[in-house]
Amino acid sequence: MTSRRRRLYWVLAILAGVGLAGSLALRAFQQNVMFYFDPTRIAAGEVKTGQRFRLGGMVEQGSLKRTAGSLDVSFVVTDFRHSVPVHYDKVLPDLFREGAGVVAHGRLDANGTFVADEVLAKHDEKYMPPEVARSLKQAQAGSSAPGGAPGGAQESR
Amino acid sequence: MLVELGHYALILALLLAAAQAFFGLVGPALGRERWLAAVPSAATGQFVFLALAAGTLIHAFVENDFSVRYVAENSNSALPLFYRVTALWGAHEGSLLLWALVLGGWTVAVVARLRFLPPMFGARVLGVLGVVSFGFLLFTLCTSDPFVRLIPAVPDGNDLNPVLQDFALSIHPPILYTGYVGFAVSFAFACAAMIEGRRDQLWARWMRPWTVIAWAFLGWGIALGSWWAYYELGWGGFWFWDPVENASFMPWLVGTALIHSIAVTDKRGLFKSWTLLLAVAAFSLSLLGTFLVRSGVLVSVHSFAADPRRGIFILGFLIVMIGGALALYAWRAPRMVSAAGFELISRESFLLFNNLLLVIAAAVVFGGTMAPLIADTLHLGTLSVGPPYFNPSFLTPIVPLLALLPLGIHARWRRGGLSDARGRLLVSFGVSAALALALVFGVYMHPIPLTPIGAVLGVWIILSSLLDPLDRLRRRLSVPPAILGMTVAHIGLGLFVLGITFVESNTLERDIALKPGGAAELGDYRFRFDGVDNIEGPNYEGLRGTITVTRHGEPVTVLHPEKRRFWVQGSVQTTAAIADGLHRDLLASLGDDVGAGAFSLRFQYRPLIRFVWLGALVMAIGGVIVVWGRRLRGAGWASAAERAPASGAAAPAPGAPGGAA
Repeated sequence: MTSRRRRLYWVLAILAGVGLAGSLALRAFQQNVMFYFDPTRIAAGEVKTGQRFRLGGMVEQGSLKRTAGSLDVSFVVTDFRHSVPVHYDKVLPDLFREGAGVVAHGRLDANGTFVADEVLAKHDEKYMPPEVARSLKQAQAGSSAPGGAPGGAQESR
Repeated sequence: MLVELGHYALILALLLAAAQAFFGLVGPALGRERWLAAVPSAATGQFVFLALAAGTLIHAFVENDFSVRYVAENSNSALPLFYRVTALWGAHEGSLLLWALVLGGWTVAVVARLRFLPPMFGARVLGVLGVVSFGFLLFTLCTSDPFVRLIPAVPDGNDLNPVLQDFALSIHPPILYTGYVGFAVSFAFACAAMIEGRRDQLWARWMRPWTVIAWAFLGWGIALGSWWAYYELGWGGFWFWDPVENASFMPWLVGTALIHSIAVTDKRGLFKSWTLLLAVAAFSLSLLGTFLVRSGVLVSVHSFAADPRRGIFILGFLIVMIGGALALYAWRAPRMVSAAGFELISRESFLLFNNLLLVIAAAVVFGGTMAPLIADTLHLGTLSVGPPYFNPSFLTPIVPLLALLPLGIHARWRRGGLSDARGRLLVSFGVSAALALALVFGVYMHPIPLTPIGAVLGVWIILSSLLDPLDRLRRRLSVPPAILGMTVAHIGLGLFVLGITFVESNTLERDIALKPGGAAELGDYRFRFDGVDNIEGPNYEGLRGTITVTRHGEPVTVLHPEKRRFWVQGSVQTTAAIADGLHRDLLASLGDDVGAGAFSLRFQYRPLIRFVWLGALVMAIGGVIVVWGRRLRGAGWASAAERAPASGAAAPAPGAPGGAA
């Protein structure tokens, strides 16, 4: 076997390895990426049933309800045009409060309630998650036209 | 007054950085030998003025000078003295000053060892460092000046962000930056070698100790940050694939590849252009990390500011530095080719696989970190990428890497195969498999599919790393520091893999609402909630819970999780209580009053989680042993020019790859 041919095999083996790793990563990416939706886009029916996604908006004033003595909480996330009821049964983060921005991960159930498995508030209390800030701005401008991008994932601005 | 002096000192440092860059790069190009003499002086002067600038700002913090805006925004007279000092890097402006100061420190370290380098080469290294420093200082002064006055002054400051009021987080930025910025030295060596178009491989030997030390500090800094996130943020885990974590992890992965490939270049003269490329990439990723974290593109506890000017400036700087280095690479690297060859089963080929797999792993992390930014920029939607992507994609290259490691350290350079080590490798594998499987199925049980694989690999890496040093001791040979360091680093990796394997497989976690007297079971442990008390600290008040933990009825520990409300910012912060142990951590955090006399609580049992940080620490120690050991033996950091080409201590790569699952 000449050294040139050997080098060729090396290059082919490396390319195959890189290609394999790349395609695996891409597959994992496609299956596990999470999209963000605000209440207006949920109301427009953009979310597929059973799809896990990020919900963002403001926690509506006076909407936080606890079942006394249990972890179950419900609250309403709103972008001031539409709102979505949320249910959660774990410990809420420190920065969670009514009238503040919130991002939650979870799914919609059959009744249109968002069942959250994670509620995030890693940002500080003055800071609004940028996607939530954008949603609120759109809602205020009243020009929220849902986009119809490939995969139904386009952000409207 | 002092603050203005600090401001002038910073401006002088900028000018000296410009002088250092100019004389360091233009002097050798024009062959002006007298210009070279100015370079070390400019570099030292730059550091002195940077230290002065930082000193005056620290003085302003200590003296509670709230007429300085940065102090007023990030400190308070009630803040303990230690945190008033560390508040220097508590926000954006001061962090940049720290960055520049650390770079100045590295530059002075290069100056101190300049006599071991050819004068022209040394001047070019300092020249490149001067360019980097100039860019950062210009950025600091133009967009993020920490010395701006606040007129009128406020009576008291806004306080340091409560989550930053913590010992580990106070020392996390300086250590992390020492690592990040240390890659600037590797970068400067690589650029100097490319500018000179050197055909030899001495530059790799000169660059090697700097790279290893930077890598060790970076690993240590990441581990500290992870430890802090674990106990302070109370998120409960040690790694979240948060973009900011990834920003520091990518340079570490590429740096790990670099310290392995540089060993091949140093010892065998191979992989030259690849090593250069990795040195450029490691520093580029450090810069990119700074850009991601500091520009406000990312939302996290780390991104202090969202000033678009800053982002654009860093982006421009990034393009100039990386673009310039890559252009240099395209021009010069082809003439710096390697002559020698090697066989399929040889140390070189295993290190090639090591590099490929590490770079693939870094690319996977890069893709996941950048995808949300790219999608957002291209209007493809707001998306997020989390552990479901990172875990499998990262483990795909990393598991083979771990499996190849024991083979690689027993392969010979150039040729020869594994024949003489085959027996010992098989025996060590058999013993490891027996030990690990006993641990998995006998002690911890409830394995997930990757548990036995991770456990066997972790034990095998440790045992097989010990084979060679033990063999040397048996034959009454000395163990050179390079081999000792490599062994220690690989043992650290093994501990790290074991820690991750068991903490990911066997963690138990439960959120529950309890009234005083109520209890929850977690495996063998029983957590009983005894109630809450009011507490008051120096700058906060809050609630403290009492939780008694028992195991099979025997008392284990009493936990006191707290919920603090800081007066100045009014922010609430949960402080988890952790009973740590080498074999397991027990964790409790206090949630809210949920009514009817009950509180929400979170309990966790995490086996072997200490091994994750212990392993990372041991890995970094391995790197330090290699460099210090060589120095103590007189083999020198950079003195190889005067020495025989292959000193007895020359050995394969220190350090070890790895990662978080």
